[in-house]
Amino acid sequence: MPPVKMTPPKEVLLPLSQHIGAPAAPVVKVGDEVKVGQLIAEAAGYVSSPIYSSVSGKVTKIESYLASNGRSIPAIRIQSDGLMTPDESIAPHPVTDIDSLILAAKESGLVGLGGAGFPTAVKLDALKKGIIHTVVINGAECEPYITSDTRTMLEKSDMIHYAISLIESCAKDVERFIFGVENNKPECIHELVRIFGDNCKVSVKPLPSLYPQGAEKILIYNTTGLVVPEGKLPADVGVLVINVTTLAYLAKYVKTGMPLVERCVTVDGSAVKEPKNVIAPIGTSVQDVLDFAGGLKSEPGKILIGGPMMGNAIYTTDTPITKTTGSIVALNVKDSTLDEPTNCIHCGRCVSACPMSLNPTAFSKALNIEILEERIARLEEYHVNLCMECGCCSYVCPANRPLVQNNRLGKAAVRSYHDHQSSLK
Amino acid sequence: MRDVLIALAPSAIAGVVFYGLRAAILIAVCVCTAILSEFLFNLITKKKQTIGDLSAAVTGLILALTLPTGTTIWQCVVGSLFAVIAVKCLFGGLGCNFANPAATARVMMLIAFSSSVTAGGANAMVDIVAGATPLAALKTGESALPSLIDMFLGLREGAIGEGCIVAIVIGFIYLVIRRVIKWETPVIYVGVVFLLSLAIKQDLTVALYHVMGGGVVFAAVFMATDYVTTPINRLGKMIFAVGCGVITVLIRFWGSYPEGASFAILLMNILSPYIEKMCAKKPLGGVKK
Repeated sequence: MPPVKMTPPKEVLLPLSQHIGAPAAPVVKVGDEVKVGQLIAEAAGYVSSPIYSSVSGKVTKIESYLASNGRSIPAIRIQSDGLMTPDESIAPHPVTDIDSLILAAKESGLVGLGGAGFPTAVKLDALKKGIIHTVVINGAECEPYITSDTRTMLEKSDMIHYAISLIESCAKDVERFIFGVENNKPECIHELVRIFGDNCKVSVKPLPSLYPQGAEKILIYNTTGLVVPEGKLPADVGVLVINVTTLAYLAKYVKTGMPLVERCVTVDGSAVKEPKNVIAPIGTSVQDVLDFAGGLKSEPGKILIGGPMMGNAIYTTDTPITKTTGSIVALNVKDSTLDEPTNCIHCGRCVSACPMSLNPTAFSKALNIEILEERIARLEEYHVNLCMECGCCSYVCPANRPLVQNNRLGKAAVRSYHDHQSSLK
Repeated sequence: MRDVLIALAPSAIAGVVFYGLRAAILIAVCVCTAILSEFLFNLITKKKQTIGDLSAAVTGLILALTLPTGTTIWQCVVGSLFAVIAVKCLFGGLGCNFANPAATARVMMLIAFSSSVTAGGANAMVDIVAGATPLAALKTGESALPSLIDMFLGLREGAIGEGCIVAIVIGFIYLVIRRVIKWETPVIYVGVVFLLSLAIKQDLTVALYHVMGGGVVFAAVFMATDYVTTPINRLGKMIFAVGCGVITVLIRFWGSYPEGASFAILLMNILSPYIEKMCAKKPLGGVKK
């Protein structure tokens, strides 16, 4: 079903940190009148991204709110006048070379819309260095329930085409473009093949519909056969991975000049009355999106931002959707309750399920080692930093053990140990 | 665990059919002692009750099926108690045992109660008076051997559940279909025993007797596939199976005992963590530190 555009909410809360990197710095103050697409916070540093107003109205507060991950995040609250008047200075952003492309990516406020939130301009910077030979476009959308990327591939294929042609003309070193799409989306594969049929540099690779097909390293391995070594980036093997929705938005920005102020959010889950895709202004509260989508049919056990595997549960529906929110999954009480964990029986299902060929039981055991240095050494010996927290291990564990949570803890332990060590030097 | 009990059922039923009421009593004693010991241990140590996971019942049943009817009731009690308390509970309960509880208890009983436990039990379906088991006969060459078909169906002297090969195979197929176990370990274990016996004795018939005699098939399906005490990775499991096969054959041909399966399992269990470490799969992109 094509996405439905939401009626403007009464207010939006725009976090200044919706991306990996330094939070943006506000350029408006309380009481200012703003319009859609107007800059309200500028990028602060190299790895950062600007924030634009998603509604027209007045800035009511610049305050910190408690996010569901426990962090206090600064944000700008804007009361909407319901008119959605666009900013007058919005104009197409012509791109002639790689520098103007990167500038366009930066000024659009684009970050990885697949959920990672890495500032796109910083990622595209690698194209300048002449080291990228393959661009992999992530159309896998492997998490259950989410279909916003599917809609992009079906409805915005012309934008995707335009974006590819931009990159092709600006970055001559790129030899090929590969679209990685799960084979449970045959219409998307068909559409992409149709639109890129004449371009010999572009290929569409159908991939098995197995979670986590969309994980960066897995996608690179399955489309190119290349392995990204531990601690290195895809750019180190000459690959750039970009989400298909991010690509489409880049094209839209270049053509219209309207920065990232709204996005498609899939509303689904066992507690949702009418699952659908909604185009919502960034900063709209989850409650407003749910209300627009038709509401819930039962008391939710959990409401997740993101998918059921890697999404995070929110503690209040006043939580705003951000640039990286691809879906809101509301699960009923039955689906949200897990049985009590029991002892690990060493069955090995987690080892078989891990896409990175890690041993989750080793991490859980390592956390119980009393001597700190030994604990960290054991965690690193089993390569805990390769864990991408996909959740496959927890999902298959017959003893309901919190494996991915333990992995996360292990990674944090290693990180804080090394931070502490370097601060001592 | 429930699936394992279901897979053991054909062997248990065959055992009772062949060996009569005594077999049923021994099975009941072992299973009840196992469950009761775990229950009391958890009660006394103020831990959460775990008998619901049925692992104690499985341990009791597996142990019972490796015993001949000549075992006395109190010997069964001691064996089950040892299996559950000494090998499992004292080490931390489910998932923490260092070796297969039933195999270890079997070895203990072999050493402590050797006369009752090595002799075969009188098989109601067979016209042979309680005497040497086929394996013992192979070793000493004294008594007559049952035919190969009889061996496959379980019409011979021996432990309650180890004789009826066809019942064990049914259990094996069930466990593989239900994805509880992988097929590699039992097949490789039995295969190695067959090939080595063939190589040593140069006689196909003798090799087949070796495969079907004693407790190899039973141990291969129900003990060598235990999750806790065997390597977690596929290659490790295969090496484990080969090791079990080799040790079983070594003990059978050059050791004093006619049967080596329980010892093989126990010894390979002890090596299992090292095998697992050696066979760990390289992570995607993992760099050696």
